[in-house]
Amino acid sequence: MKVLQFDPTRCIGARECERECSRTWFKEENRDKSAIRITEAKDGRYTMIACTQCGECIDVCPTMAIRRDKRGIVRIDKKLCVGCLSCVGFCPYLAMFFHADYVEPFKCVACGKCVETCPAGALVIADVPDAPLTKTEQRLARGEA
Amino acid sequence: MSNKPLANHRILAEFRYDLPRVERGYAGQTLYVNVGDGSIAARPVDEGMKHTFTGGRGFDLWLLWQAVTGDTRWDSPENEIVISTGPLGGTTTYPGAGKSIVATISPLTGIPVDSNVGGYFGPLLKFAGWDAIEVQGIAGEEVIVFVDGDSGIVRIIAAPEEAVDSYRLPEQLLAQFGGETPAEKRAVSSVTSGPGAEHVLMGCLNFSFYDVRRGFVRLKQAGRGGIGTVLRRKRIKALVVKRSGVRGDSNGPADWGRLERTGARMHKEIHDQDPRMFDMRGGGTTYITKIMNDYDLLPVHNFQYGSHPEAVKLYKSEFRPYFSLGIPNGCWYGCTLACAQCVERFELRTGPLAGQTVPVDGPEYETIAGIGANCGIWDPRAVLEANFYCDMYGIDTISFGTATAFVMECYEAGILNRERTGGLDLRFGHADAMLELLHQMGRGEGFGLVVGQGIRRMKTLFAERYGADRSFLQDIGMECKGLEYSEYVSKESLAQQGGYGLANKGPQHDEAWLIFMDQVNNQIPTFEDKAEALHYFPMWRTWFGLNGLCKLPWNDVEPADNKTAHPPREAAKVPEHVRNYVDLFVGVTGREDVREPADLIRMSEKVYNFQRVFNLKMGQGTRQHDRPPYRSMGPVTVAEYESRAERYDKQLRELAGIDPAGKTTEEKIAALRAYREAQYEKLLDAVYARRGWTPDGIPTIETLRDLGIDFPDVVELVQSRIGG
Repeated sequence: MKVLQFDPTRCIGARECERECSRTWFKEENRDKSAIRITEAKDGRYTMIACTQCGECIDVCPTMAIRRDKRGIVRIDKKLCVGCLSCVGFCPYLAMFFHADYVEPFKCVACGKCVETCPAGALVIADVPDAPLTKTEQRLARGEA
Repeated sequence: MSNKPLANHRILAEFRYDLPRVERGYAGQTLYVNVGDGSIAARPVDEGMKHTFTGGRGFDLWLLWQAVTGDTRWDSPENEIVISTGPLGGTTTYPGAGKSIVATISPLTGIPVDSNVGGYFGPLLKFAGWDAIEVQGIAGEEVIVFVDGDSGIVRIIAAPEEAVDSYRLPEQLLAQFGGETPAEKRAVSSVTSGPGAEHVLMGCLNFSFYDVRRGFVRLKQAGRGGIGTVLRRKRIKALVVKRSGVRGDSNGPADWGRLERTGARMHKEIHDQDPRMFDMRGGGTTYITKIMNDYDLLPVHNFQYGSHPEAVKLYKSEFRPYFSLGIPNGCWYGCTLACAQCVERFELRTGPLAGQTVPVDGPEYETIAGIGANCGIWDPRAVLEANFYCDMYGIDTISFGTATAFVMECYEAGILNRERTGGLDLRFGHADAMLELLHQMGRGEGFGLVVGQGIRRMKTLFAERYGADRSFLQDIGMECKGLEYSEYVSKESLAQQGGYGLANKGPQHDEAWLIFMDQVNNQIPTFEDKAEALHYFPMWRTWFGLNGLCKLPWNDVEPADNKTAHPPREAAKVPEHVRNYVDLFVGVTGREDVREPADLIRMSEKVYNFQRVFNLKMGQGTRQHDRPPYRSMGPVTVAEYESRAERYDKQLRELAGIDPAGKTTEEKIAALRAYREAQYEKLLDAVYARRGWTPDGIPTIETLRDLGIDFPDVVELVQSRIGG
């Protein structure tokens, strides 16, 4: 499955990724609307928060609005989402975001736009082994949900 | 409408309406349906109604007040079932914000009963354009009331063919009124009862929601007070609402961002704290059994005792293997506390479905303690089986459990025998007899019909028919105001005795649960302390019912620093969560006059006092109706006294100033009783004074004026009782 990965040894804190992400998905430059967040750590290095596509949110969504697509990317179906933000509170990486301008939360879908924009080559879309099936996916596989 | 009615459905009445936008938590109108004469009408909700009654239980009581007179009985045509969620109901961002509150004149008590229940009905009803539905009249034939919020149509439909029971009927309704996809199915919710509710007075309502993963309809119960009995008396098979396309902002909040921030923070707190605290996500309320047993608070053998060596068989560890965990178990969107546990496949061994595999919703602690511990039945499978059939038959598990425990004690005391029970060997611990009693209620026959009348009526019956000692029956019959007790032993907590005895609808713990503050932690030692707690907590808990909220996310999970950041008595209020609720209320309603926790309490005071006066209107609501059975206050029998002799002897010596040495147990029981009953009277004095009530427990005219509920008929009623 495809996952956005980050190299802290390369990041220079330009935050082009954040601007590109919000431009791509919300047509404005606004860090609060970015699905990738860069923060500076005490040692002067940077850390990234973005979805790992682990799929834990799939099992907390009450309407099954969150599903994995064929590429392994965890995606939110806005037509099914009821804006409860359960996924926000239960994301182990704090990588599900929300903004007052929108009813639905948003997350990184490994589109790769930020990879193209990063001036330091700190980002890459990697192909990693598939995550284990969530309880919901196991049910779907058994034809139970 | 897109759904074709069944061939044998006939439309008896129809009402079309324009769908209003829900703004700031209100649809702005209520729906009146009379199944007797077929009239259907919209009634406006004005600002005065919002500010005085808020919503939920407040709207219910206000509408019910106007519908009934002091002579109305539960089965009178003018009695209503009123359902309302309240302004916060339907909020998806915060856990526990989808509750419906139901009220009616209760068959068990003769006064208003309110019951707080999950499932999707209340929120979908509001999004369908109605802040409340009031159903009046008695239908001439079996009907379904269908509110189609997608098309703006309300119909009363003759429905002769559907099942009555809440196992088959909710699925049939879904097939008729729902669509094909999971999203279409979760747009439908029903309110049903069952055949048992036709035969007994302790009938419950089942509120449904469609579980998209499990693929079947789940049920939550408005259990208390016999509302299901009223539904079936009206010949209503079901109330059904349909509203598609729920979104996060369907409730029209004034400040969506505020709701987002508060909700996301709370979800995170539950994610972090629930596993460290009560693990409700991993077992619902089943964890409570162990705590109650550990603290000698678990009702055992009709509340005689507070613990039992075999109680471990009813602990969470024994139920958890039956539950399907790890997927959402909220009874409304966004409830990450997720206590609505489900047994997906349970094989029944008795009754009409013996041998079949069925889903069971629950069990909750109350069901485990009532049907299990209180009846001495230490068998989780028996509890699960009874839980299923109670829901299917439309019977309240709490009243059933407490009433069965009462007849079991009567049986062991010789008041009842096999002949009098129609062959049922109703000793403590006899699961088969308990289950057969339940099936008799479902079939409407045998001793089940007697027990189904509730403890208050049984006391009279056993005295008149069998010459039983009335005072003994009064002492051990765990009812107050006619309602069976819920499942906590209040003997050693004076404050909780008041919490139960003073509760407006009868002894349900949703008004006050003060046992730990009082008995375990000794945080409210004086009468003034207890009276303050018996003001604050009932008002606080009432507030949940005004707003379509569940109480559990308030204090069944706490911020990590709650107990270190606040002194103990403040910590019991969970101040950070109280602030969340201020945020939620203002975030939804945009009301600028609400800023502080005290403003929330004020809302409750209006409704709480109004309900107290409503009791007065129905011929009760005074001091004499607040006196509980002595079993709830102290040891009735020698065995009970001796089970805690050290504690009681000490109390006689140190508090009552009586030396127990040389006294018989009977003498000590009498001395302790005199002391405790006097304490209870002092407690009533203190609470009434704190609440602004007369010594007879009636709100004064000044109190009514201060709260803005001094409507002419209210004042006239109160004046006629207290003079002035």
